[in-house]
Amino acid sequence: MNVAGLSRRSLAKLISAFAGARVITAQGESEPQLPEQAIYYANHSSHLDFLTIWAALPADIQKRARPVAAKDYWGSGLRKAFAEQIFNAYLVDRHGSSHTRQRASHSGVSPKGQIAGMAEVLSAGDSLIIFPEGTRGDGESIAQFHGGLYKLAQQNPEVPVVPVTLANLGRILPKGEVVPVPHLSTVVFCDPLHVAPDEDQQAFLTRARQVLVDCLAQHQATVDTADDEGGASAAGSQPGGDGP
Amino acid sequence: MSDWGLGLLDSSALRLLGGVVVVLVLASAIAWLLGRRLGPTSTISNLKQRINAWWLMVALIGAVLAAGETVTIVLFLLLSLLALREFITISPTGRGDHKVLVWLVFIIPAVHYWFLWEHWYGMFSVFIPVYAFLFLPARNALAGETKGFLQRTATIQWALMVCVYAISHAPALLQLPVAMELGREAAEGSSPGDGGATGAHLLLFLLIVVQGSDVLQYVWGKTLGKHPIAPSVSPNKTWEGFIGGVLSATALGAALWWITPFSPLMAALLAFISCVMGFAGGLVMSAIKRDRGIKDFGSTIPGHGGIMDRLDSLCFAAPVFFHAVRFFYA
Repeated sequence: MNVAGLSRRSLAKLISAFAGARVITAQGESEPQLPEQAIYYANHSSHLDFLTIWAALPADIQKRARPVAAKDYWGSGLRKAFAEQIFNAYLVDRHGSSHTRQRASHSGVSPKGQIAGMAEVLSAGDSLIIFPEGTRGDGESIAQFHGGLYKLAQQNPEVPVVPVTLANLGRILPKGEVVPVPHLSTVVFCDPLHVAPDEDQQAFLTRARQVLVDCLAQHQATVDTADDEGGASAAGSQPGGDGP
Repeated sequence: MSDWGLGLLDSSALRLLGGVVVVLVLASAIAWLLGRRLGPTSTISNLKQRINAWWLMVALIGAVLAAGETVTIVLFLLLSLLALREFITISPTGRGDHKVLVWLVFIIPAVHYWFLWEHWYGMFSVFIPVYAFLFLPARNALAGETKGFLQRTATIQWALMVCVYAISHAPALLQLPVAMELGREAAEGSSPGDGGATGAHLLLFLLIVVQGSDVLQYVWGKTLGKHPIAPSVSPNKTWEGFIGGVLSATALGAALWWITPFSPLMAALLAFISCVMGFAGGLVMSAIKRDRGIKDFGSTIPGHGGIMDRLDSLCFAAPVFFHAVRFFYA
């Protein structure tokens, strides 16, 4: 292994240790078997999210995985160098290509340029790490997904869509806080999804989101199973159960 | 005392550690034989993992004691922080608690351990139960989130109590000999390391008795255990395991009287108290884990679980042992 590869692995180890990250499958096994190329999507509550997923990936997959990050935060100065040089991030403009036609980020429609760019990353053979909520949430509920995940999955049926649940990262570094507080986090690689032949956008996004909602309730002690605010309009309510 | 040694470890402490190593060699050999006889079952591999972790933990304790009191205190500070991380992960804290958690993790333990290192007994005793316990809820009230306030405050205080305050009484044993030999007045502000080899003996005595009691309770419980003590808390804790474990660990403590300033009878009594407290600690932590729906606090120590799964008994035993020794001998 060359120097760059070695330092990348050390950095990954450091990030995992800091996040106290345990990496498992939905069945609870360690060392998940991941496909060579995939669209990874995860719940989003912290700046640590993409770092931790990146660090959790095995070396050969990590080399070809590109986290999608927002240009408005990661797009300038030191952050940009950090994101692009080390993590090979793919920066997207959250608000569309032109500032004159900024749209609300909850519109559920992604600006055209983003999807085309991400599709290019996939056709180059690289994997994507995306956060379909579009912005960081409170770490306990998961917001409705934007449509980009569906479009990418539908246009690239040969690439599996892998749900990744991130538990407790939003407690280490919540939105709006500067000092991270150590907690033990969990990264769960769930079973891959594919868009069914006659599945429309809403059905697929609801299904994809529900995988994360169920998995998060299992792995984060502060998430109440019965309390699913973000999904009020989504698929049927959770069975009562006796908590996490 | 003998004239050769390594840091806080004199020749009798090294002999004691040598004895522990012999026990570990035997344990490793037995696990290896069992593995050959019964094949690679999950119980055997867990047993091997546990024993390997014991090797590491014994090596670590030996190394820091050889390096002196300051390094030992730093190790226990790190253990406190790792335990705290596990504890707040399973606690019902939310975003509104973040600022208080920064104080809880980054400031209070360091200040508390600094008082310990300074041998400033008064502040070491009251800093957390008085100042930190009053400050933290006030700071959290300022943050403004009232939902579940009492529960969140209580959890944060208890995390501090067990993970930092209680655990720190183990390295506090290192300075106790100064108060035992020169009086409590002279002990205030004495230098780190002044407790010498006798302090290391007290710490080793407590660690061996309490951890030995855990192992012996496990062994008695696995072999003879039938009647659970608190079935709704932990099906693994039985009357047979408790009585057998505590009595045999008390005997172990009495047999180690030669390394302590105690008479054999007093060594047995202190060992007995420590084992009963250790059992209580394990039971309480089991109840917490059962409440939060988890099996272990973490996975830091292979085979054992998290730091808190290994230190649960020490949390309860260390402060009581410390104060019993201080009361009777200083």
